[in-house]
Amino acid sequence: MDNETKQTTFSKSTGLPRKRFYRARAHSNPLSDSHFPIPISPAHVDFSLHFPKFVEADNKIIKKVEFADIGCGFGGLLISLATLFPDTLMIGMELRDKVTEYVKERILALRRTSSEGQYENISVVRTNSMKYIPNYFEKGQLSKMFFLFPDPHFKEKNHRRRVISTHLLDEYAYVLRAGGIIYTITDVEELGEWMKSCLEKHPMFESLTQEELVSDPVVELLCSATEEGQKVARNGGQTFRAVFRRIAYVS
Amino acid sequence: MEEESHIEEVEIQNKLEVAPALISVHPSQKSVAVAVGSDLRVFDLIDNCPVSLVDESDGPSRKESIRAIRYSASGKLFVSAGDDKLVKIWSADSWHCLNTVCSEKRVSAVAISSDDSHVFYADKFGVVWVVELDGINEGKTLPSKKGALLLSHYCSIITSLEFSPDGRYILSADRDFKIRVTVFPKKPLEGAHEIQSFCLGHSEFITCTAFVSTPELTQGYLMSGSGDSTVRLWDITSGSLLDTCEVSTVAGHLESNESESPTQVTVTDICAIPNSSLAAVAIQSFQGIFLLSCDLTAHTLSITKVIKIPGESFIPTSIAVSASSKLLWMVSGASNLPGSNHPGFSRVRVISCLETESSSTLEDEQIPGGAKLLEQLQGKIPIEESVMSAAAEAVRAAMSSLLMKKQYSEEKREFRKRTRNDKKTTQ
Repeated sequence: MDNETKQTTFSKSTGLPRKRFYRARAHSNPLSDSHFPIPISPAHVDFSLHFPKFVEADNKIIKKVEFADIGCGFGGLLISLATLFPDTLMIGMELRDKVTEYVKERILALRRTSSEGQYENISVVRTNSMKYIPNYFEKGQLSKMFFLFPDPHFKEKNHRRRVISTHLLDEYAYVLRAGGIIYTITDVEELGEWMKSCLEKHPMFESLTQEELVSDPVVELLCSATEEGQKVARNGGQTFRAVFRRIAYVS
Repeated sequence: MEEESHIEEVEIQNKLEVAPALISVHPSQKSVAVAVGSDLRVFDLIDNCPVSLVDESDGPSRKESIRAIRYSASGKLFVSAGDDKLVKIWSADSWHCLNTVCSEKRVSAVAISSDDSHVFYADKFGVVWVVELDGINEGKTLPSKKGALLLSHYCSIITSLEFSPDGRYILSADRDFKIRVTVFPKKPLEGAHEIQSFCLGHSEFITCTAFVSTPELTQGYLMSGSGDSTVRLWDITSGSLLDTCEVSTVAGHLESNESESPTQVTVTDICAIPNSSLAAVAIQSFQGIFLLSCDLTAHTLSITKVIKIPGESFIPTSIAVSASSKLLWMVSGASNLPGSNHPGFSRVRVISCLETESSSTLEDEQIPGGAKLLEQLQGKIPIEESVMSAAAEAVRAAMSSLLMKKQYSEEKREFRKRTRNDKKTTQ
């Protein structure tokens, strides 16, 4: 049964999974206790399963994940970053199960069809990053975190479900090393204001200067690399960016 | 098998929840406080008389249960808070209510800074709030304040709040198996943003925390009790797990053997014995206490003593020890028991000479304060054996229902999602 569905859900020409078989609603409730497995601690996560080509003879992974795409959706950003930073391990985190499946299949297919052994450094995990980021990453492990077009949760009573908030920034500051960068972008102006304000008010983050933004090759990917970004560009919409650096801090 | 009982328990949510009785002792044993349901009962051990609480804050007396009580380290203040969404700060000398803070949500844990300058309370949505106390030591009654946000565990019930012995860190433990160690800031009202570490290792909700420290090792080591049948020892600066002590074997001391294999036993309460590396631990379903010894050089935990409590059914729901004496005070009780007319009851017992060979559970007459104390703290109505044992089970079930995550089978999940639009068509 599995083989048959695989043949129809994958395109015969590109070998890549067909998106329409992995459609899911845009929202998933971050408040509910979902049934995916949760690692007890970062030591309990076997990243060697995610990055088999970065493993030494003793089956131990040789380096740690440095980039995390929170709410990676269909994986567009990861795929663009994979070739820009081929020696860096990156992971996408996504709450929706069908979408995570799609990204998994997409990465495996890209690895298979790549002639230069690319895409071995990206992977995806299904989890609720608002609750379990410290379960996956150690203190100061990450050098980049991405929050592209997060769910705006328009109603005021739902603002607490927003992935960027003063409280959650404490946790993101914990997993980011000093000097690490957090990238956020949205097409919803109010959310853009909100995220920027949260970051400005948080004592452990400072804004990147204009020169720094221009010289960072990742910044232009924020708009162009993802499905969501491309949709906004097609509709001629405006985007609102907030890119901040995690600073060394003493309470 | 847990699922069916969860469906029934949803109906009970509208009524008041079963809440365990709590006990706390003044650091120099000047007084003892017991909370049962909405009732706070205090006995003065210096003047050997019951205490009348003076509370001038307006508002009708609430029926909801108190969920957390605590004396400050100095013994000057006492805090009580709970399901009535109020945090009451009392003078532990005059027993006037100095301040009442309104919380948005039900309160599940409280802590007081060592210099009595701030009171912290945590709610069932994972937020920890802080209130600054100014001029409280002058004994004035201040208008109600509102708390400022300190930190938050996203959508999780915070079960315990604790300060490290050196005051550098504040700890918050939750039902999502996490302990967060945050650097205590110079200006708490601006929030505690710098996380020092996470102590991750438990596989179930955390119920209680305590620090073991000696004059030589002032930074202290953390012990945590959980629903996963373990007490764990941690180094909080790095978040590393030093040792794990499995306590389900202690429950094997029960006389009656249910034919189930080692089930998970929840650790109810843990209490460090001052000026020692020992801690007293109470667990569900066990009529007694056991002592854990912490080897601070080898960083290990081991059970050194198991003390069974003789007499009628008595499973402690809360334990406390004062810094001055070596008496372990215990209370067993609950409020809002289903099918009971009692609003709540409590039974108090004391174990003396904990660490020595001759530790014993004191008879009622031998307890400091004697019959007068027991009358004040237990109430006048005698408690039947059947009520006591039913209470222990009700408390266990209530805690499990509150803190344990609900696991649904595939069919149940699909059934719950049946009205969603995207679930109707499957490819």
